[in-house]
Amino acid sequence: MALFKLQVNGKSVEADVEADTPLLWVLRDSLHLVGTKYGCGIAQCGACTVHLNGTAVRSCTLPVSAVKDSKVTTIEGLSEDGSHPVQQAWTEVDVPQCGYCQCGQIMSAAALLNKNPHPTEEQIETAMNGNICRCGTYHRIFEAIQLASTKMK
Amino acid sequence: MTLPKTNRRNFLKLAATASGGLLIGFHWADAQASAPSSIAVIGEDALAAGNVEFNSYLSIGTDDIITIMSPNPELGQNIKTSFPMIVAEELDADWKKVKVIQAPLDSKRFERQVTGGSGAVPHSWERLRKAGATARTLLIEAASKRWNVPTASLTTENSTVIHAASGKKATYGELAVEASRAAIPAEIKLKDKKDFKLIGTAVHNVDNPDMVTGKPLYGLDFYREGMLYAMIQRPESFGKKLKSVDSDAAKAMPGIVDVVTFKNNVAVVGKSTWAVNKARKALKITYEADGALESSADHNRLFKELLDSTDTSVVSVKRQDGDVNAAFKSAAKVITREYQCPFLSHAPLEPMNFFADVREDGVDLVGPTQTPELARNEVAKLLGISPYKVSVELTRLGGGFGRRLKADYVLEAAELSSLIKAPVKVIWTREDDLTGGSYRPAVRYRFSAALDASGNMIGYKLRGVGINAGNCTREDNFPAGAVDNLLIESVEHKSPITTGPWRAPITNFLAFAEQGFIDEVADAVKQDPVKFRLNLLDRAKATPVGAIKYDIDRMKAVIELAANKSGWGTKKGVAQGFSVYFSHRSYVAQVADVIMKKGKPVLDKITAAADCGVVVNLSGANQQVRGGVVDGLGHAMYGQLTFKDGAAEQKNFNSYRLIRMREIPGIDVHFVDNGIDPTGLGEPALPPTGGAVANALYKALGKRIYDQPFSKQEPLRATLGEKL
Repeated sequence: MALFKLQVNGKSVEADVEADTPLLWVLRDSLHLVGTKYGCGIAQCGACTVHLNGTAVRSCTLPVSAVKDSKVTTIEGLSEDGSHPVQQAWTEVDVPQCGYCQCGQIMSAAALLNKNPHPTEEQIETAMNGNICRCGTYHRIFEAIQLASTKMK
Repeated sequence: MTLPKTNRRNFLKLAATASGGLLIGFHWADAQASAPSSIAVIGEDALAAGNVEFNSYLSIGTDDIITIMSPNPELGQNIKTSFPMIVAEELDADWKKVKVIQAPLDSKRFERQVTGGSGAVPHSWERLRKAGATARTLLIEAASKRWNVPTASLTTENSTVIHAASGKKATYGELAVEASRAAIPAEIKLKDKKDFKLIGTAVHNVDNPDMVTGKPLYGLDFYREGMLYAMIQRPESFGKKLKSVDSDAAKAMPGIVDVVTFKNNVAVVGKSTWAVNKARKALKITYEADGALESSADHNRLFKELLDSTDTSVVSVKRQDGDVNAAFKSAAKVITREYQCPFLSHAPLEPMNFFADVREDGVDLVGPTQTPELARNEVAKLLGISPYKVSVELTRLGGGFGRRLKADYVLEAAELSSLIKAPVKVIWTREDDLTGGSYRPAVRYRFSAALDASGNMIGYKLRGVGINAGNCTREDNFPAGAVDNLLIESVEHKSPITTGPWRAPITNFLAFAEQGFIDEVADAVKQDPVKFRLNLLDRAKATPVGAIKYDIDRMKAVIELAANKSGWGTKKGVAQGFSVYFSHRSYVAQVADVIMKKGKPVLDKITAAADCGVVVNLSGANQQVRGGVVDGLGHAMYGQLTFKDGAAEQKNFNSYRLIRMREIPGIDVHFVDNGIDPTGLGEPALPPTGGAVANALYKALGKRIYDQPFSKQEPLRATLGEKL
């Protein structure tokens, strides 16, 4: 075990874990930030998506030792009250069914819009291809991203 | 009667929100009783003493907040929003002030705390309406007394009682205490459906704010101080059992508390998910054979043998009308086709998990389950204790699709907690989920139609062979009743590979096979596929053969609506495929539009027409249909779990393919507006999709698809690899 210092949602935090522990489990088990979900553990479903210096990454395959001083943003840090344009769009479009994948979907969408506020349909599909929604809310996810795009400053 | 411990805790929490207000109790069992014997106002004294016999609660606080207990597990079917909508409608409540609380398991007080069979709204519709209507009547009584005006002169809207003549108004919160002293009226009048204001509108999911901000809603998110984490190594092949375990290396790893063996399970218990996940890989386990180690090749051989079997001890006749042998002998033409589907995993995105704390004084279970009562009873039986010592708290479910109708993973957690004498959460990995069983069974069907010289279908035969599928037919479904000579048979092969209900059990594949076959028969007699189906239904209506257990008029209505909305037969350059199916009390017809682009088929659109009776929440219902279509399409196109020597070959989402955003077509949803009480919508939109798509592909490519997954069948592989 070793002590890792991390920058998560604008705060300095510490976790005493093994170096190969994926960031996902540090967030969930050590820091109790459980909005980041486990779905597959092999970066196939996107439920564990967080931002590393603003870029969407799959935290289930990212060892904590590789994070170093990168800025980690989780769904809890996207906004405290759901006021981020993507979260607002998700609510306005009434996207979730079971909801389990949606934090990961939102983080992927937010990273996309951050870099490209007005993506084409093709760009949306490409950016979201790594996120599985088992309930099949894809139409609404797509619609919410287009709506959020109009809200981005 | 005293409330059990858990329920009282929750109940008192609720009572606090209703303090000084109106608390209506109602029995779920007496929905059909017209007299309100099943409804009562619960007084303060009874509340304080816990002497409350009524089993569900609707409360109106002096702060105008209206609270209702929602008993059914929520897994994305949106019940936590639709149930309170039904109450709020009859109550004329201000929806913005309605709150809903997820009730724990309480089988004395609720009925059917189950999510399955598309049954929650159909079951609870009357009960919820009466609860709302009763509260509204009492509030009107209270206002009538307060203002000394006749009740008939009062109206309600937006949580307010209004006396139009004098302009007086009072909110429900202001009237709640007085209403709690009014007598329950002798008769409760429900609204005329045409007066519904909330039901049928699009209302957002009540959990949206918590879901989009990552609040701990799910079983996997549940944490209790001092809780341990566990993963379990189960036999990787069906047909094997545990022989020996060497856990020394695993036990020595950091963060590991213990390694415990029970039944065929080796549980690694530790202080974090990652610690137990790693240590589990250090286990040295040997297994020995305990049954047949079956492979998919064995199943393919078995299917063919059993489809030809003449052994009456193996073949179960499900329905027989007329003289099938004579009809086939006299036929001018016979068409016979076979259809096969593989095993599927439910693969809800939240893997199986459950928390258990087994103590001397009682057992706490917390987690995602579709059947909390079954879970409690099985745990009580396992531990040899009374079910009333076991409490079950329901978390939100990250999907279910039928997998969580089984309690295997709850039992594991309880058994492990009892062995280690500590609170523990058992977590399945995705690999555990895909290899761990309870699958949609693999099935092969053989359909035969006998046609006379004029193209009339005079005989119809279906034999299905399923692996642990029970009855893999639905013998009384369409086209039964429309054919003079009909034979439906089912054969089951018993296998060590475990199966279970998977969203729209059996019909999730049977519908594709049947609707593909009907399409081919229509083609053979040169009839339009829609017309062909309608003619059969008219025939069944005019001269029914045997019992008919589907509603012919409702089925015709969805066929006509789908044909109309899709522009059936009017589109140039579009290959359209039709499908219709009745399941779980509801009817859905679909039309798939395939267009050719650069010599390759592209699925452009699916039009769905559904009759689920009254639509409660238009937003939820719309998505339920679209989600069902996406689910049906994804599994028809890509879903496949194969076996080698008893072990599943696809172990994670890199080889077990689920549908993704860029693979979905546009989906238009339409509902039949017939005012029938709700008949359920969780499953019925899924079964027709595969048939509509395969029938459209036939029109586009001139080749039929008989097996799933479509992406691996010749017509698609030949034209576009695996992408549609």
